[in-house]
Amino acid sequence: MSRAQAKYRELVAGAPVETTVAEEHGHGEHEVHAVPVWLLAAVLAVLLVLTVITVLVTLVDLGPLNIVVALGIAVIKSALVVLYFMHLRWDSPFNSIVLLCALLFVAIFLAFAMIDTAEYRPLVDEAVKTIAK
Amino acid sequence: MSTLSHTADHAHHGDQNHDHPPFLAHHFDTPEQQYASSKLGMWVFLGTELLMFGGLFCAYAVYRHNHPEVFEYAHTYLNKWWGAINTVILLVSSFTMAWAVRCSQLGHRTGLCVLLALTLLGGAGFMGIKAIEYSDKWKHHLFPGRANLFNREYTGDHKPDEHHAHGDHPSPAAPAAAAAHATGDNHATGDGHAAAPADPHAGSASHAVLPPASASAAPARALNPVVFVDPHAGASDAAKIVPTSNGPAGLAQGTSPKRGHLTFADLATRDQVRVNTFFSIYFIMTGLHGLHVLVGMGLIAWVLIKSAAGIFGPTYYTPVDLVGLYWHLVDLIWIFLFPLLYLIH
Repeated sequence: MSRAQAKYRELVAGAPVETTVAEEHGHGEHEVHAVPVWLLAAVLAVLLVLTVITVLVTLVDLGPLNIVVALGIAVIKSALVVLYFMHLRWDSPFNSIVLLCALLFVAIFLAFAMIDTAEYRPLVDEAVKTIAK
Repeated sequence: MSTLSHTADHAHHGDQNHDHPPFLAHHFDTPEQQYASSKLGMWVFLGTELLMFGGLFCAYAVYRHNHPEVFEYAHTYLNKWWGAINTVILLVSSFTMAWAVRCSQLGHRTGLCVLLALTLLGGAGFMGIKAIEYSDKWKHHLFPGRANLFNREYTGDHKPDEHHAHGDHPSPAAPAAAAAHATGDNHATGDGHAAAPADPHAGSASHAVLPPASASAAPARALNPVVFVDPHAGASDAAKIVPTSNGPAGLAQGTSPKRGHLTFADLATRDQVRVNTFFSIYFIMTGLHGLHVLVGMGLIAWVLIKSAAGIFGPTYYTPVDLVGLYWHLVDLIWIFLFPLLYLIH
């Protein structure tokens, strides 16, 4: 049993992780970690509640915070999907590293594009005014 | 089950003549190694998927940064309730998919098949709603690209100077089919537009109101007849305002139950000519996402067929797991698309 799985059993004490046929036969190497249904259902419930919240929040005017809240909820939701539905919480850390690298490069891409856009915004506004004249 | 026991038995492994399980490729030592490699490979692929969508999110971010009002205005053409229902459908289908993976790990064949079928059903439901949404946009000339209601070149450069209430007769230069929309009459125009038969949708959601073409407008330039439809159409048949830079402001507001909605007239001129780009972004982002849903459905169907044959169990469930990962990624993208496109405040 891997360290992550041992930790998992500690965390969800009382919900024993399913053992597999292979494990029962003594082939300890081959072990399957099946996420309990109640845990999946709990994650789904939280995701649905967050969806309701994200819709309701649009009815409230929070100014520039609206987009922050909406994206914050989206990040929490996707973290839940990645960790539990996609099993990353119990996976080899290599998989997480791959995901985080991809997200890092998306972030770099977005950040530099936005910095560039913001930098040129005054020039564009100027040009628009000039053309309008 | 005897083969399954053998696969996990490392004592036999060096033996070349030993019967490998059918799913174990020769370049892997053990099924575990093969499984871990497959999964890592899948994650690398999902990483590239994220990078691909990242490009679209970048386009979205840059465009919204430069034209926030366009997004605030144009998103009202999307029905957030359809979006919310689709979000719920995808979340539930992600749940059934995760449960299906569990069933495959435990060798529960019936449960696996039922859950995969439910997941497939969720995908079909999602695409069904997407089809309703897309056809609604199509009907109202909110196409991606230049063929859009908000593109002057497409609409024939109408420069309306007054708004028309529902049922008003459009000016003779107005495109014919739109006239049919508005009144059910045939207003043939002189520019080659045949009078279209009364549209079946006339009087339903269309509430046609035509931008009357100005004298200088050249109807021949119009690629298609155009009907302007209020984003809140369906709620009432009240007068709608045409998109116009110089028309009176605020009429469309009257049909909107929500305060603080921008009208077209509230937009700066430089934004008014760019509203159609929102629809390009909408269609490309949701279109690429929808394509992924379709691919995911195909993969689930494939896995479902294999599951029915009973080949998945505790020692081999990789295809179910990896297709599940793909399906969750599709869900993941939608989790961001929904608030970014439908819930702009």
